[in-house]
Amino acid sequence: MAEEKPRMFAGVAWRERAEEALIPPLVALLVALICGDLLILSYGQSPAEVYRLLLEGTWGNAYGFGQVLYKATTLTFTGLAVSFGLRAGLFNIGAESQLAAGGFAAALAGLALPVGTPLIFALLVCIIAAGAAGGMVGAVPAYLKTRFGAHEVIVTIMLNFIVLAFLNWIVAARLHVPETLHTPEIHAGALPRVSEIFPAFHGSAANLALIVVLLVAAAVWFYLFRTSGGYSLRAVGLQPDAAEYGGISVGRVWLQALTVSGVIAGMGGINYVLGYKHYYEDGFAGGSGFLGIAVALVGRNHPVGVVIAAFFFATLSQGGLAIHAFVPKQMMDVLQGVVILAVAMSVPEVRRVLRDSRRRSVA
Amino acid sequence: MSSDLVSQAHGTGAGTLAIRMEGIDKYFGAVHANRGASLEVAPGEIHALVGENGAGKSTLMRILGGLMKPDAGRVEVNGRDVTGWSTSDAIAAGIGIVHQHFMLVPTLTVAENLVLGSEPTNKGVLDYPRAAESVRSLSTETGLAVEPGRKIADLSVGEAQRVEILKVLFRGAKILVLDEPTAVLSPPEVRELWTVLRRLRDKGDTIVLITHRLDEVVDLSDTITVMRAGKTVARIKTSETTPAEIARAMVGREVALSAGKRVAASSGTESRGNRGLEVRDLVINGSRGTRVVDGVSFTVKPGEILGIAGVEGNGQTELIEGLAGLRAIAGGQILIDAVDITRRPVSARHDEGLSHIPEDRHRRGLILEYSVADNLILGVQERFTKRTVIDGAAVLANAAEQISSFDIRPPDGALPARALSGGNQQKVVIAREMSRGFSVLLASQPTRGVDVGAIEFIHQRLLEARTAGKAILLVSAELNEVLALSDRIAVMYRGRFPVIMPAAEASEDVLGEYMIGAKKGNAA
Repeated sequence: MAEEKPRMFAGVAWRERAEEALIPPLVALLVALICGDLLILSYGQSPAEVYRLLLEGTWGNAYGFGQVLYKATTLTFTGLAVSFGLRAGLFNIGAESQLAAGGFAAALAGLALPVGTPLIFALLVCIIAAGAAGGMVGAVPAYLKTRFGAHEVIVTIMLNFIVLAFLNWIVAARLHVPETLHTPEIHAGALPRVSEIFPAFHGSAANLALIVVLLVAAAVWFYLFRTSGGYSLRAVGLQPDAAEYGGISVGRVWLQALTVSGVIAGMGGINYVLGYKHYYEDGFAGGSGFLGIAVALVGRNHPVGVVIAAFFFATLSQGGLAIHAFVPKQMMDVLQGVVILAVAMSVPEVRRVLRDSRRRSVA
Repeated sequence: MSSDLVSQAHGTGAGTLAIRMEGIDKYFGAVHANRGASLEVAPGEIHALVGENGAGKSTLMRILGGLMKPDAGRVEVNGRDVTGWSTSDAIAAGIGIVHQHFMLVPTLTVAENLVLGSEPTNKGVLDYPRAAESVRSLSTETGLAVEPGRKIADLSVGEAQRVEILKVLFRGAKILVLDEPTAVLSPPEVRELWTVLRRLRDKGDTIVLITHRLDEVVDLSDTITVMRAGKTVARIKTSETTPAEIARAMVGREVALSAGKRVAASSGTESRGNRGLEVRDLVINGSRGTRVVDGVSFTVKPGEILGIAGVEGNGQTELIEGLAGLRAIAGGQILIDAVDITRRPVSARHDEGLSHIPEDRHRRGLILEYSVADNLILGVQERFTKRTVIDGAAVLANAAEQISSFDIRPPDGALPARALSGGNQQKVVIAREMSRGFSVLLASQPTRGVDVGAIEFIHQRLLEARTAGKAILLVSAELNEVLALSDRIAVMYRGRFPVIMPAAEASEDVLGEYMIGAKKGNAA
């Protein structure tokens, strides 16, 4: 009557975890593609042809790819921001206004600095300004939650209206270039474009904010999975009661997580302001903050997943322009919605199937 | 050896069995919960289903009740093949399961809860008098005394359980399955329940009792089925066995049934500053603002175990949470080794030498998605951190050490805590709390839902810590446990300690009277 408990090795657990992380989103993608086929067919077009054009217009040439890189950069920032909050169990719906506030602060900093400020110094000042502005917007729901128990979803949604209206007013009333809704061009802190290094990317908005966001993603990964702060943050997100029992101050973690989430979203503002237009323009965020929620969900709140999901959504968005001649580009919005629904519905289901089949193979 | 034991009691004759389950297999992910398990219950008997935690008893009963389908095997009820049936089929066939956690609507009355789903109506409106009347007649018929008009929220745990039993009887159950029914009851309430169960049996009902308390098994049952590691290892007539034999079948080896304590209390450890836990006039308010701990004073000296007995819900949970820093203190003082920690946060209490085995390991004690290794540093994570970075190698080394010294199975620190059995999860908590330097230990229900082998192990560790001069406050719903381990015993009743007495003077009967408030003492 020997013990027959299955001995599971760490390696097996790793493979299972990887499978559970990767296979469900791939299945969701397949579901979305099939839905896309039906949509395209209903438009009387050939799905193969439309997908070919979509790929050609995005990953198939340097300009299109550059545009994908540019869009993915902002989405990675906002996706990381939302996922950082979610890891602590908090839903930050305010990335949109945090992004806008960050962009505005970066532009202000760039305007305040004298022409000829050394690039590295100017960049640092602008990035810090962007992060600080986003962090300030993020700290409000954080404080209201820990102090008064106000729900962060409600507060961040409402703050979006307040912050965006305030920025609109201040730009329109004080800072705009006549006849426009944007500020003057910044004096310092402009980020080099990718096309300055690789001329083939000429005309695309891709810029070195890309490097910044990859560094931020790496830092987020390191913080979450290698530091005691990340240990506490994830503990609070998974089981607040157990975290409290372990001597972790739940309120402090909430305060930090939402504030840092705002900082990351705010830093996203540099992509447009420092890298692309070199000024702040009203409404530049254009929904990237909200799409960050989808990026975080599809990326399963893991920094690597977020980067991949951001590229995916950026491809859809840029691809919509490439296939506009054949099907309306709004089809890509529909497809985005389908992907989100497919992920939400198929992930638990696929996971269940995975576990069942694994169990049978054990037997 | 198991096969002879199984065949030992096949004396139920040619009559149709009430329940016959054979070759039942059930998997949950990688866990093989039932592996060819079998169960045979004759009509009109009280049948005890015993086994260590994780042996597969509850899974087997869930399959019987239609809550899940077996991966293989055959289920017969009253001679009819019902394999893979649904819960509504099971209810219609007269199977009634009384769950460990009550499934009652607290804001409704007893009668409303009982008729839920089959309400007698009068022109579309609930016919309350008729509902109350049918409840009352069932209540007198069975001896399960309840007042139909009272709200569930106002009932004691024992009363709520009676309602739970009435509920399944009301639906016409002839085969009753009770899952650990005595876990929340005081000794007099247990005796009352026994009377009711015997009466139901004499009326012809069949009763399956899931339990891990051997005294109950011997007391009440006619036949016993023992499960171990998902298999049925023995089926024995109660009259032909002893608790020691049952325990051996459950664990697969000899077990010491009561902790051998009485080593002389360690003396001389009371050096300067080492004064254990002192609590003065402690007041704690409950979630609804009522005083749930009402001016309690006591000390636990180094090298002493103070046991707190009491029916659950008399303030024990809040007392421990208050001492641990998880609940606000409304008044009084808490000192650890003469340091006042009344207003200090959890982490500061850890630093002063407080360890805490929480009563609910799933909610508090473990982060189920975290690996065993990560769980083993919860609360002491800062000790494994160098300049904010967690030292992964040290975490794994710590895990390897704890896993081997506390015999945590399977021995793999990378597994998520969720994948472990209840007993092994509890060992993770205990390993963590008892391996960091501490002088005061709060042990709340340390062996709840833990198998016999692990209970023995945990008791040994608590006694070792006592010998090593630690001050231990033990709260347990198991009176036996309190009696076996404690040097002194306090009874908690309605937020107060009516009595604190040396363990030598205590007995189940004496404590029982204080526990139900029949006797009021003068301590605190």
